[in-house]
Amino acid sequence: MTDVSTTSTSASARDVPATEKDRSQLRQKQMISDHFDRLARAKEEGKKVVYTFVPGNLTELIGALDMLPVLPEINALQSGMRKRSAGFIAEAEKAGHSEDVCAYVKCDIGMLKRGNIGPTGTQLPPPDLLLLSYTGCFTFMKWFELLREEYQCPVVMLHVPYQGNGAITPEMRDYVVEQLKRDVIPVMEQVAGKKLDMRELERRMELSRRAEDNLVSVWESARHRPSPIDGYFGGVYYVGPIFSAFRGSEDAVAYYDELLSEVNDRVARKEGPVTPDGIMTNEKYRLVVEGPPNWTNFFDFWKMFSREGATVVSSTYTRVGGLYDTGFRHNPDHALESLADYCLGCYTNLSLPERVNLLESYIRKYEADGFLINSVKSCNSFSVGQLLILRQLEERTGIPGGFIESDLVDPRYFGKSNIENRVQSYLQMLDARRQRSYA
Amino acid sequence: MKCVVGIDLGSTTTKAILLDEQGEMVGRGITNSRSNYEVACAVARQEALTSVRFSMLERAAARIPAPTGDRIRALIPGIREAFRLEVYLDELAELRNVIMAQLGRSLLLRDARKTMQPALSRILDDVATDAPRLFLGGAPRRSDFFRDLAGAAFVAGAEKLSRQEGLPFEPLVGCYDRAILEVETRGPPRDIPAIMERAVVRVLKREGEVDEGLRNAFKGIVADVKSMPIEEVAFVGTGYGRQTLPFPKQSIRSEILCHGRGAHRVFPGTRTVLDIGGQDTKAIQVDHAGVVTSFQMNDRCAAGCGRYLGYIADELNLGLHELGPLAMQATRTVKVCSTCTVFAGAELRERLALGQQRSDILAGLHRAIMLRAMSLLARSGGIKDEFTFTGGVCNNPMATKILRDLVDENYSSAIKLNAHPDSIYMGALGAALFALDDARAGRGGILPNFARPSEAAA
Repeated sequence: MTDVSTTSTSASARDVPATEKDRSQLRQKQMISDHFDRLARAKEEGKKVVYTFVPGNLTELIGALDMLPVLPEINALQSGMRKRSAGFIAEAEKAGHSEDVCAYVKCDIGMLKRGNIGPTGTQLPPPDLLLLSYTGCFTFMKWFELLREEYQCPVVMLHVPYQGNGAITPEMRDYVVEQLKRDVIPVMEQVAGKKLDMRELERRMELSRRAEDNLVSVWESARHRPSPIDGYFGGVYYVGPIFSAFRGSEDAVAYYDELLSEVNDRVARKEGPVTPDGIMTNEKYRLVVEGPPNWTNFFDFWKMFSREGATVVSSTYTRVGGLYDTGFRHNPDHALESLADYCLGCYTNLSLPERVNLLESYIRKYEADGFLINSVKSCNSFSVGQLLILRQLEERTGIPGGFIESDLVDPRYFGKSNIENRVQSYLQMLDARRQRSYA
Repeated sequence: MKCVVGIDLGSTTTKAILLDEQGEMVGRGITNSRSNYEVACAVARQEALTSVRFSMLERAAARIPAPTGDRIRALIPGIREAFRLEVYLDELAELRNVIMAQLGRSLLLRDARKTMQPALSRILDDVATDAPRLFLGGAPRRSDFFRDLAGAAFVAGAEKLSRQEGLPFEPLVGCYDRAILEVETRGPPRDIPAIMERAVVRVLKREGEVDEGLRNAFKGIVADVKSMPIEEVAFVGTGYGRQTLPFPKQSIRSEILCHGRGAHRVFPGTRTVLDIGGQDTKAIQVDHAGVVTSFQMNDRCAAGCGRYLGYIADELNLGLHELGPLAMQATRTVKVCSTCTVFAGAELRERLALGQQRSDILAGLHRAIMLRAMSLLARSGGIKDEFTFTGGVCNNPMATKILRDLVDENYSSAIKLNAHPDSIYMGALGAALFALDDARAGRGGILPNFARPSEAAA
């Protein structure tokens, strides 16, 4: 992940000395760098590589079979942050993908066309397997169809039933476990060239559980005033290890131990979150955010909030790769069942009413002053129904919602002045409502 | 007099509103935003400050008993127009200086200088001679902006001269185009009391037989008013260019809040506001107190905003203000695309080539705009009673008519639709109301680097 810049200051923040920069963040940076180095050496070391998606990722299973995961969405968002996505998208459009296609897909395809150089500058190995864990995003299926054509490699699909009725039934769980046993694990074993050691899988799941406990504690720290974390802009860093290659590893456990300890220290010092301008000192608004952030102008976007004293106390985007704060944990005693529950429970697999319920619970639990939806142009999976979500939340909570529009990694759809205007208007609207009426 | 200032720095026009301490509007000003926000801001503000003098004049006249008071009150509208005329003549003189100076420096026009100089002088003389008719003739003006009025008169003069004497048209108009930018960006200062004095002389001269008593009474209140101090105690800026205004951060408000509040002030029953400005369309919901509860804006694309109409007017070689009345003559509505201004222009040319009526096509274009606005309104929470239409486009009769039809079709004919002729000022009015809050709460403030227009009397 990119460093959170601490070079400039604003009225709402004070400088963070270099030594005070989160140790956990440095640790995460090293973890990522090491992982990409391992990927770069994968072929010469005979390691098999599995491409898979963040929602519903089966990282413990991949790790237990001694394979290495690659997560194309993470690569795409990293390319967006590193200002490389525009070129990749143009490359994909040259290859025939239209303007309206998911920008993550185009960014990934474009990166591939330009030599598959990953975010850290090392070349990514081609996949030995595409593990398509389908958790509510139809585009994922099409994406791997495209990659299958490009790489001519096998695909194995885990079909996760949609939580249409807002609950996981035993039949749904059995259906996923059955697929794991009959299709997914055998294919993975074949590619890995070894049998799955269930004890190794269980060991990794125990490590996952420990990291998940700490992550939930980090989320819940936002109940403090000021909140010591930003659960959206900062939150995307906090989910980095657990959403990507590290869930079920000792590295992840160490990262979340360290992160929680840092957050607890901030609580003790009554400090706000670390922002691009330093530590926020004047929490003025507490917000809940729905929808992914914009990556191409991530820091500009973040500063639009932090410089106004707005902290995001909770968000749904940070639950796309696993929803832990409603109680789910990976369970080594029921390994496959809990992998099934994990996939079924990802935010992308929730129905609209469940999304409204979750957002409402965050607004109440974290005593938010407002909620904001960032509607992403090229992600229908997220965007469909967001205005409905907004209206229902307004009705249930009596809190006004804000609505802004941008894109994931296509910089053509980030209108800074327009978005800034909306954010400021929204925050000023919250101010005006606090006063209840004008003089 | 103590007053507060609201400035709405829009993409097309900049508006200023001044309220007195009781919240009554005492002055307003408007100018084109140019490419220089600071000058636009200073011009609009000065115009508003000048307009305060006239409000003072009206208040002073109201205190003089009839019949002298009645006669003075009858003279005030003439003074306003004469004042505008004097400002216009000053700006023309400035334009002349700039044109001649630029001509003197131009290497390109060196050889043509001998013929151009007298020709330009004649054009400018004619523009100045014709000026009183524009302001004191009683007919409506197509614009109040110097650029528009002088530009139209200059182009007409250049056309006449090139037709009659075979002088090249383009270099003549080119001189105006280059000079107007410099004149506009210079902006104020002006000696307002002196201009007011000249306006009074002009009006009294035109009135002819004015008895000495009336003349003295009138001159007396003008003298009082023009030297009366005006103290600006709080500022709030809003609009597209609000971040460029040299106000402290706390004196800047979003135009969403300002438009909502301004509209609610003028029409207190307002619950939904539609504002169509130059490049923004805003659908705003407000509560009983005028506090915004929800809003939606156009994003990424400004097709369907005021500039869309400006582009279409240019395509048809019409003035912006002529579009609505022409569209009102339509006998049918041609379906036109609204997703892209450039495509709409192409569609317009194609339909004209097919022989369709300009009025019918224009009706379609107006409908296209309002359909986009209806989509935003729906997304913001729908249209509630009362519904107030603001922004520059609300002065277009066809836009208002179609909006009414669409409200009837999609919501209810019982919804009251408000559109005020001065709706373009709603954002500035809202800003001024916020400034009044600040002043009352002791939070008013002016940054010292604010380029104050020179107002000798203040």
